[in-house]
Formats: sequence, C-alpha cells, structure tokens
Amino acid sequence: MNSAELTLDEHEFPAAEHDAPAPRAARKGTLSISVLTLAAVLFIWWAVTTSGLIAPLFLPPPQAVLAKLWLTSTKGYMDATLWQHLGASALRIVLALAAAVLFAVPVGIAIGLSRRARGVLDPLIEFYRPIPPLAYLPLIVIWFGIGELSKVLLIYLAIFAPIAIATATGVRGVDNARVRAALSLGASRWQLIRHVILPSALPDILTGVRIGLGTGWSTLVAAELIAAQRGLGFMVQSAAQFLVTDIVVLGIIVIAVIAFALELGLRTLQRKLVPWQGHTH
Amino acid sequence: MSQPGSRLIVDHVSVQYAGSSATALHDVSLAIAPESLVVALGPSGCGKTTLLNLVAGFITPTSGQITLDGKPVTGPGAERGVVFQDDALLPWLNVIDNVAFGLQLQGVGKREREARARQVLQQVDLHGYEQQKVWELSGGMRQRVGLARALAADPQVLLMDEPFGALDAFIREQMQELLLRIWRQSGKRVFLITHDIEEAVFLATDLVLMSPRPGRIVERLSLDFGRRHAAGEPARSVKSDPEFIAMREHVLAKVFAHRNATIAGAA
Repeated sequence: MNSAELTLDEHEFPAAEHDAPAPRAARKGTLSISVLTLAAVLFIWWAVTTSGLIAPLFLPPPQAVLAKLWLTSTKGYMDATLWQHLGASALRIVLALAAAVLFAVPVGIAIGLSRRARGVLDPLIEFYRPIPPLAYLPLIVIWFGIGELSKVLLIYLAIFAPIAIATATGVRGVDNARVRAALSLGASRWQLIRHVILPSALPDILTGVRIGLGTGWSTLVAAELIAAQRGLGFMVQSAAQFLVTDIVVLGIIVIAVIAFALELGLRTLQRKLVPWQGHTH
Repeated sequence: MSQPGSRLIVDHVSVQYAGSSATALHDVSLAIAPESLVVALGPSGCGKTTLLNLVAGFITPTSGQITLDGKPVTGPGAERGVVFQDDALLPWLNVIDNVAFGLQLQGVGKREREARARQVLQQVDLHGYEQQKVWELSGGMRQRVGLARALAADPQVLLMDEPFGALDAFIREQMQELLLRIWRQSGKRVFLITHDIEEAVFLATDLVLMSPRPGRIVERLSLDFGRRHAAGEPARSVKSDPEFIAMREHVLAKVFAHRNATIAGAA
C-alpha cells in the first residue's frame, strides 16, 4: 500500500511546481474546493447535532467540542492539560523517530549496498513489517514492561521499516555515473557513501520518513494503551471509557491536525532539501 | 607531470562479459603518449566504451593488461580523470563545490581547493558561475563543469566518454575548440571516444577506428588537424581545408567498408 502512495506523491509534487501559471491557478481551485468541503462537513455536523437529530452522547455539537478545547487547555483532563497530553505524545514520537532514523538509515544503506546484508536483514524486516503493532504489543509488554520504553519501542518499530526500506531503494537507485565519477576522483568507500550515496538517496529517505511518521503516529494511540498517564491516545482512550464523547472527538481532531501538519512540514522540508528533484534526468 | 616517454599502454586486452557469447573487445593494443589526443571512433557495439571503462578502471580485462607509466591499472583512480556523457555532476553541490569535489576527497583545505577550482572554471570560461546550482545550467555548461571537475584533480590522463554527444551542433563545435585549447594549455594527454566522424578527425592526433563483433581496432591514423587549430588556425579554416575533407571522407569510407564487411560476414 505504501509504495503506491509513494509514487503518486512523488510525481504529483515536482510536476505541479514546474508547469507555470495554469497549474498554480488549478491548485488554488483545488484548495478552495477542499476548504468548501470542510466547511460543508462542519455545517452538517453543526446542523444535525444542534437540531437534536443526534444525541450528544453519540456526537457532540462542534461548539461543545470547542468549549472542551478551551477547558482542557486551561483546566486539563485526567490531571493534565491538553498541551501536556500533546507534549507527552510528541516527545514519544520524536524519540522514536530520532532512534529510527539513526538506525534505519545505516541498515537501509547496508541492505542497498551489500548482498550479504540484504540476505540477512531483508527477511527480518519483511517478516515483522506487515504485523499490526497491536499484535506484538503484548510481547513487548512482557519483555520490556509497561514503562516509557515499551511505548517508544512500539512506535520506533512502526517507523523503522518504512525508513529502512525506502533508504535501501534509494541506495539501489543511485546513478551509476555519479558513483563512477566519485571513484575516478579517488573517493574511498566511506567517502562514496558520505558524499554520493547518502545525498543521492536523501529524497527516498525523506519519503520513508514521511510514510514512517504516518504509521508511527497511528501506532501512538496503541502505544498509549499501555498504562500511560499522559498522551493524546491515553486521553481519548480514558474519555471513551467514561463516555465523554466531546473529549474523544476533540482528541481525534487534534491527532488528525498534528498528523496533517507533520506531513505538510515534511513535504516542505523535502522541497527545501531536494530542490533539484524533477530538474535532473 | 608525466615524464617524457611515460605512457598509458593497453596491452593485448580482451574483454568477455559474463553471460554474453560475443567478445566485447578482442586483442586490443593501444598506447597513449604524452601530449597526444587519442580518439577511438566506431559505431555502437564496437567496444569503444568498454575500452574507456577499462582504462578508467571501472571494469577489468578478461586477458591482457593496462599500465600507466609502468604501473598496472587495477581500479579507478584520481590520476585518470573521467568526463562522462551525461555530466554525472552532484546536484546538491553548486558549481564550485562540484569542481572542487576531487580535491575535497583528497583532503585539500577549503580555501586552497576553491582557489584551484576558480582557476579551472576560468579556463573553461565559466568565470562568474561559481555559486550557480548545477541543475540550473544548460547542457553545454554542465559539460564544462564536468570537464573542470576532472581537470581540477590534475590527472595524468583525461578520459572522455562521448562528452559532446548529447549537445547540439553549435555548442558541440564550441566545446571541441575549448577542449583543444585546454589540451594545448595543460599539456594533458586525452583519450576520447565518439561516434561523430568529423569530431574524431578534427580532434585526434591519433585516430583509432574500431569495428564490432568482435570489438577490435581496424585502422590507426596519425592526424594533425587538432594541432593546427590549437596552434591558432581557425576551426572553419581547418574544417574547410580540402585535406580535412578528404580525410573525413576516407574515414567515412573505412567505417562503411567495415560495416558492410561485418554485415556480409554475419549473413
């Protein structure tokens, strides 16, 4: 599923930037359609809840959710404000992401460069990658307890595979002429990796990070089921147990907004770091 | 600096690619003397790219050996600079960093390598383009950056893999003249491969004609048109000289004769 999504995005982006004025207007058109859609959904939500068509227990009206946003940010819910929940979740995902990049990129490079490393690591990654994190969550709890480590580890595992696989793909796709050029300028093996292979694979690595962050963020809720005291997933989970539906909806919206912001941020970063994409053959 | 008498020698080299029944190169011998500009000319499949890759050290011969100043060539190295057909520049570096890349790999300090890169950029008429992004340059300019990158590392021999093949006719002529000027100024020996007959006759001091199935050298010619241009004679005057035209037609006839012979042999 990931690869299909990946190719689509890759091609959509540079193309939209290159062709001059018409697509820009088209993009603006798409944006206004999206904004209208959101507004329509919001309106229907407001209409069906305020008119009493749906009970607040099942779907609270938007203004109630907005009020809860104010309440949770100032007074808090479950002994922590919304921002503290958010901070706890963000810290976990940042730690997991940092660890994943630190380990997955070298692993991906090894898989891409060495037949032997590929033989060893590829089956291991492909074995655990398709397993839903919730399935191996109990095992992680048995091994590492219910502390912070287990939560970060679960997210880490979800992020690791996409980055490693994307890095390996990027490394295998490095232009052979560039490698030869560096070798004929006297590059050592390490210099080749540092100066040619790693920067060449950077676009793919960033795509891997994007996909990894997506799966990581969705694993977060699962991770925070493990006896958490704080976190957005925990907040939603405990609110659900008490049927506080407006907090549940609020939590879901915050999670969605953060995921969307991360995606946009990474796309911007990708364009900043890899401005030549689409320019070279 | 190459001492007088030092040579790059290809000695009875054959190449057989794994999984292919045809011989890519059969018993090829070639010497690239100092100050010479050797051009290998031939249709695709004649083994000229294989020959260049051998000298560059990208592939190893099945039999025979290659030596540079007596030392056997076992792999790629900075003493043999390569200019590629599709520039092979690093898009995340700007022009000057691309040119200084070889010096950076050798551990030369930033100030020194940039000074050297600036000097080489001036040689290839790219003064003022130091901070440009390479993906914003035209094909001809990128190729000049590629040439500058190879020159900056101060190799003993310059290997050029159809360097002007992807350029349009006007730019190609400019680049040929630029190459001759640099060849004369730097005194570097050059080994260039091409399938463009006029280019080969114009540039070469030694022209080797190659033919496919199996890839081999079928003719060697000593020419002086490139030297004449390097000595100051305008390119148009050289190229419109009846002697040049006669030589071009001679080479053309040879290429066709060998091609027909190959086709007849295959039939």
